[in-house]
Amino acid sequence: MCLAIPGKILSCDELGFARAGRVQFGGIVREVRLDFVPEANTGDYVMVHVGFAISKVDESEAKRTYELLAQMGALEGELPANDPETSS
Amino acid sequence: MKYLDEYRDARIARALLAEIAQNVHRPCVLMEICGGQTHTIMRYGLDELLPKTVELVHGPGCPVCVTPLETIDKALELASHPEIILVSYGDMLRVPGSRSDLFRVKALGGDVRIVYSPTETLRIARQNPERKVVFLAIGFETTAPANAMAIQQARQERIGNFSALVSHVLVPPAIRALMTSPDCRVSGFIAPGHVCTVMGYEEYEKLAEDFRVPIVVGGFEPVDLLQAVLMLVRQLESGTAKVENQYARSVNYRGNVAAQRAVEEVFEISDQKWRGIGVIPQSGLRIREEYGDYDGSRIFGLASITAEEPAECISAQVLQGLRKPTDCPAFAMRCTPHNPLGAPMVSSEGACAAYYNYRRNLVRVEG
Repeated sequence: MCLAIPGKILSCDELGFARAGRVQFGGIVREVRLDFVPEANTGDYVMVHVGFAISKVDESEAKRTYELLAQMGALEGELPANDPETSS
Repeated sequence: MKYLDEYRDARIARALLAEIAQNVHRPCVLMEICGGQTHTIMRYGLDELLPKTVELVHGPGCPVCVTPLETIDKALELASHPEIILVSYGDMLRVPGSRSDLFRVKALGGDVRIVYSPTETLRIARQNPERKVVFLAIGFETTAPANAMAIQQARQERIGNFSALVSHVLVPPAIRALMTSPDCRVSGFIAPGHVCTVMGYEEYEKLAEDFRVPIVVGGFEPVDLLQAVLMLVRQLESGTAKVENQYARSVNYRGNVAAQRAVEEVFEISDQKWRGIGVIPQSGLRIREEYGDYDGSRIFGLASITAEEPAECISAQVLQGLRKPTDCPAFAMRCTPHNPLGAPMVSSEGACAAYYNYRRNLVRVEG
């Protein structure tokens, strides 16, 4: 229920009371309310929950975390695999 | 998809598992609060990949599961009136009330509609001016801003035939209640990433301090959860108990202030009953007096409806992390997602449904 999915803003519109935009999730584009992310604009990624963006994805934080994790993964890749089964 | 696929990378997950195994030296019990996290753990089998010393227990963070029986009964009562259109998030339709569920009421002719977003409810209200449209507004802090915005917008646009039957719950008071229970075994928490996206994590610092328990704000993908486990294990092994943020790509310390403002405008904090757990003080939201014209419970005089929970279902203990779904004699036998005895078997994020979907074969082999 508290699921939120990252999507990319394709366009923004001011609709009087509301702020909305078209947001792309993989191959799907949906209308999303942007009232709670006034700082987000076209090209930004937002986390969307029940039709409302609840945060703008922080790209620098995402990059920092991911680089740290990727380093770990790369290190692991150099070791002989002890468990060929992976979860999916 | 960007910001999803990279957090499902099996190589990184294996590296994190190895790191956890190297760092953990004594048994620990970690609780993920959010049902979305429970679902990921079961789906990817993370609990089985972790060292035996790390036990994961599942918290009360599935809003569908903790919505009190009375609220379901109130929704059932409303849905059976011909002049009312009852609008709900899809997961709520199969949740058993005292005598029926919304699906059955719908099958008997009740006008029950499913929406993805609360704003769709306003559209239904505009299109049906001669009917009364009631939105079953449930959820945690994550959903409260959207539900608040729908109520604000109804007032702004003077949509007089719209109201909300509200059952909103808050995470920090629930953690406090769990930690003060004498049965509590939890040594660390994975805090819910999307609740904290809205609320920030300042409130969690007091919890970490008061109970000397480490808390890591975690995301929802397998790599997120394993990293959160590693961060908790490191804290436990070094004897620290602070709040850390694994999910920094979405969560910051203060949270989403615009969303919080919308919630404060429409709702106020109140005591709240949690299905399976009971009343937790100051753990819910109710509609403020100023928005009373949109409060379905008040408009339709439903406050007097009360209900007793069925004795056979052990969901109370499951929701507090005291027992696993597979400990229940009814699990996968008399209780299935098609015929649920209790709410955690209904939502895909409920612990019982997650075990049913991903673990029931193991139970059958063992049994």
